[in-house]
Amino acid sequence: MFRTDLYRKWRYRLIPDHVLGEILSKRWIDNAIPFSVLTVLVVSLYFSLPGFFDAYAVGEYSRQFAELGLVTLAMTIVMLGGGIDLSVGSIFAIANFVALYCVHVLSLDPLLALVVTLAAGIGCGALNGVLIGYFKMRAFLTTLVTLIIFRAVVDMLLLRYSLEISSVFPDSELWAQIGDGALFDTVPYTFLIAATILVVAHIVISRMRPGWHLMAVGGSRRSAYNAGIKVRRTVFFTYVASGTLTAMAAYMYAARLASTGAETGKGMELVVLTAAILGGTSLGGGRGSVAKAVFGSLIVLLLSNALVQFGIQGGATALIFGLILLASVIIEVRWSKNRGKILNKVYVSPTYVRLPDSPPTEADSGSPYAVNDKLRRVDVIGLGQIEGPEDVILDSDGNLYCGTRHGDIVRFFGPDHTRHEIFAHTGGHPLGMAFDRDGNLVSCVSGMGVYKVDPAGNVSKVTDQTNRSWTSIIDDSRLSLADDLDIAPDGRIFFSEATKRFDLETWPVDVIESRGNGRIVCWYPDSGKTRTVLPSLRFPNGICIALDGQSLFFAETWACRISRYWFDGPKAGKVEILIDNLPGYPDNINRASDGNYWLALVGMRGPAIDLALQMPDFRKRMSQRVASSNWLFPNINTGCVVKFNEQGEILDALWDLGGVNHPMVTSMREHQGYLYLGGIYNNRIGKYKIPGADPDWQGVATYWGPDWRAKK
Amino acid sequence: MKTVQDRSDGTHTASPVRRLKLTQESIIVTITVVMFAAFALFLPGFLSVGNLLTLLRSVSVLGILSVGMGVVVISRGIDLSMVATLAMGTAVAVVLAQPNPYFPQGLPFWQGALLGLLFVLIVTSATGLIIAYADLPAVFATLAMGYVIYGLGRSLFLSGEANYLPDDAGWVVYLGRGLFHGIPVSILCFIAVLVITEIILRKTAFGLFVYAMGDNPVAARSAGVPVRPITVVIYVFAGLVAYFAGLLTAGAVNNINTRIFNSTLIYDVLMVVVVGGIGLSGGKGSMKNVVFGTLLIGTLLNGMIIMNVSYIQQNLIKGVILLAAILADTIFNPRDEQTSQQGDI
Repeated sequence: MFRTDLYRKWRYRLIPDHVLGEILSKRWIDNAIPFSVLTVLVVSLYFSLPGFFDAYAVGEYSRQFAELGLVTLAMTIVMLGGGIDLSVGSIFAIANFVALYCVHVLSLDPLLALVVTLAAGIGCGALNGVLIGYFKMRAFLTTLVTLIIFRAVVDMLLLRYSLEISSVFPDSELWAQIGDGALFDTVPYTFLIAATILVVAHIVISRMRPGWHLMAVGGSRRSAYNAGIKVRRTVFFTYVASGTLTAMAAYMYAARLASTGAETGKGMELVVLTAAILGGTSLGGGRGSVAKAVFGSLIVLLLSNALVQFGIQGGATALIFGLILLASVIIEVRWSKNRGKILNKVYVSPTYVRLPDSPPTEADSGSPYAVNDKLRRVDVIGLGQIEGPEDVILDSDGNLYCGTRHGDIVRFFGPDHTRHEIFAHTGGHPLGMAFDRDGNLVSCVSGMGVYKVDPAGNVSKVTDQTNRSWTSIIDDSRLSLADDLDIAPDGRIFFSEATKRFDLETWPVDVIESRGNGRIVCWYPDSGKTRTVLPSLRFPNGICIALDGQSLFFAETWACRISRYWFDGPKAGKVEILIDNLPGYPDNINRASDGNYWLALVGMRGPAIDLALQMPDFRKRMSQRVASSNWLFPNINTGCVVKFNEQGEILDALWDLGGVNHPMVTSMREHQGYLYLGGIYNNRIGKYKIPGADPDWQGVATYWGPDWRAKK
Repeated sequence: MKTVQDRSDGTHTASPVRRLKLTQESIIVTITVVMFAAFALFLPGFLSVGNLLTLLRSVSVLGILSVGMGVVVISRGIDLSMVATLAMGTAVAVVLAQPNPYFPQGLPFWQGALLGLLFVLIVTSATGLIIAYADLPAVFATLAMGYVIYGLGRSLFLSGEANYLPDDAGWVVYLGRGLFHGIPVSILCFIAVLVITEIILRKTAFGLFVYAMGDNPVAARSAGVPVRPITVVIYVFAGLVAYFAGLLTAGAVNNINTRIFNSTLIYDVLMVVVVGGIGLSGGKGSMKNVVFGTLLIGTLLNGMIIMNVSYIQQNLIKGVILLAAILADTIFNPRDEQTSQQGDI
């Protein structure tokens, strides 16, 4: 048994199972498949076709890539918005004709010709955009028909002017340079232009507002509409962008080949579509990127060149491309459909935990935790009027504040706490709370970060992000579950983030993992910066600044322990474990009137879950095969409040063993001889008279002095 | 059955929609009549017996294809590979009946035709399976399958583009060009296909399911309709109809030219269906709409040919008309946002 435990301990410490799920949850994971296909393709072509990658050929490919890449980008943008543009081939032909006509026949300056060509592309795109965006016509059929119309127009124009175009040879040096020129005779100018456009498009799509709107519209039209995004206009502009980019590509093509053939751009939509989907851009919209467009067009480009070199005939080429398109669409549809399922199976990754033996809690055990019924007859405040008061706090006037599940902070007026008002609305569930020196109520709001409410009830943000840790695969700079906080004498706010892998909806899953997913973060008032001070804690929860003003106590819920961290003074930076064998799961910590500290135990340990914590593979199987409502979870229905001193000794324990009035406690706050009790799933606040407690003692006064009220 | 008839006849009291739909149908009939009268008056030779026979013949192939497409569209699908099936199925039959690498003496034509049928069955089942079981949008699957079918036929069976009928294919020639009591057999074929399909749609459980799927695929599935197998059958049906139309085409001109795949025939078919009034959102319309659409488009095409409108200009005109038809379809049969799926473009 000992050896297996040792093996498990090191196996789960050394192999980071959670990385797999985090990698799969990354957006760029979609690029992994096309990237590996591309790599395999390049390597196999390098060895099977000698000379396939010689300098001249690569230069030729890069010119072709400039054109194909831009048209694929055009298709990608339209697909991101949830549409499709089959008319790109015909727009390409029109733009090609316009460019040639301007330069060859009208002898325009190539730059002016570029403007005219782009205008032609914009016009064609705008027609598609109006029909599909504003008239809400079906993208596929509409662009299929505009494909025919544009093609008919181009055929008519070519019939009339192709002879004229091919009989003139323009003597513009610039035009020739666009067609054949290369920087240092190696990198074609068209490639540089296309690369620049691709980079700009990447920034716009992934980092700027128009791109976000585009992704939102493609991801869910209705949600985008409800969020106030102008859906029709966004869709319209995707087609305009498509027309413009296609015209740009056609301009390069015209400069390179000066071809007036009727075949120009024919079947291009199929090639481009194949490229876009091979790259991993999804059909329904909302998923795709410039990188995907680049991968896809490179694969298609190399493949079609290789098919030519292998000497494969036209019919077979159609067959091969049709099959590739089908296969990649099938993979794409299946992958986007099942990705969530796979992720769910893989994401939860438990680790090995061995908790110290639990001290006894039986009534006659003589243990300091021995059960009793002291909380059975607590008074009840706001019964049925509030939901989810995770933490409670009182100001110097005896008003009681608590957060609710609905995103409000409710104020009960002292001293009787029968009347209440909504003090402020934060928008997320407020958890831990503390008063700062200036009388502001600072609260950890789950899913949002740390927020401040001034005495008038105005809400403002303190911080919602911290520094990103370099070893983390998921972006941990956002605060997903800020839990409890306390404020140091100099105004620094120390707060805990319980877990960075889950949120308020799914936090119970974190216990299945029991890994150090949480951290303690500090906000510095001078610089306004936020920094993680203690990473890798197991669901850090309650935080309380010790009376020395140089250290804080913090509770790690799944580790069942209390530790002390010095942020100032001679022991600065040190962490010492104070109590490591709690019989339950610790939650908030607050100061008591006798110089000790109150601690809430939200639930009690049990032998089954303790054993399960030593069996990560068992928990993994459970999370994969059993519905989450049937998982083995720790008990959080019955808990207690204990008092401990700075030596880690338990001085008192308060229980509601009968489960009548206050069985579940996540926080408690002492004020003028009473202990006020909150619980995250409760619909009430408990009020317990502490025998022999100082009837004048106020918690806030121990932080900011007795005249704190005057300052406010 | 009753509800289906109500819905497709428009006798149900869905008042504003019904009035609009009736208007759309009567407009099409009126336009057809007016155009026909105008052509008859102003185009010399339009009303001649020879031309009318040509019109009806050319219309019959278009009409038969539209019947197949109509059924697919009613089930909220679309089949862009029909012309590829038409060309390649027939070409396989014709090629196998000639001396070829597989059969050096060439098969009797009826055996070649059966093998062509087998080819069509295989590729269209593949199309149906991909759409039904791999959940691909029908537009994509059939667009790609069009190229696959074409490429498969080209690389496995064909050497040239024009493939002439063998001598023992007299019955195909009769189908394509023959007269039965003075009426072109191809027209009779069109009517037969039309009537049989209408009976299937009206009188069988299959027809009921097709409408149910077109109306709301998710609800149909929840109600126990075997949506996936039915989808496969629908695309196989469309393929068989296309193959039949291919045989007729070959019979009419004595050969089958696979370049028809590159033509805009499939858009003509779509135009017939949409202009005729079968909404692309599915669940609506019947074979009656195919008749209306076929007559309108057939008259238009025939008139343009007589007026010597060039092929390119014909494409332009057809494109604009089709665009207008789809726009009208979007307005009269708006897509149901509740049941339209992700990727349904």
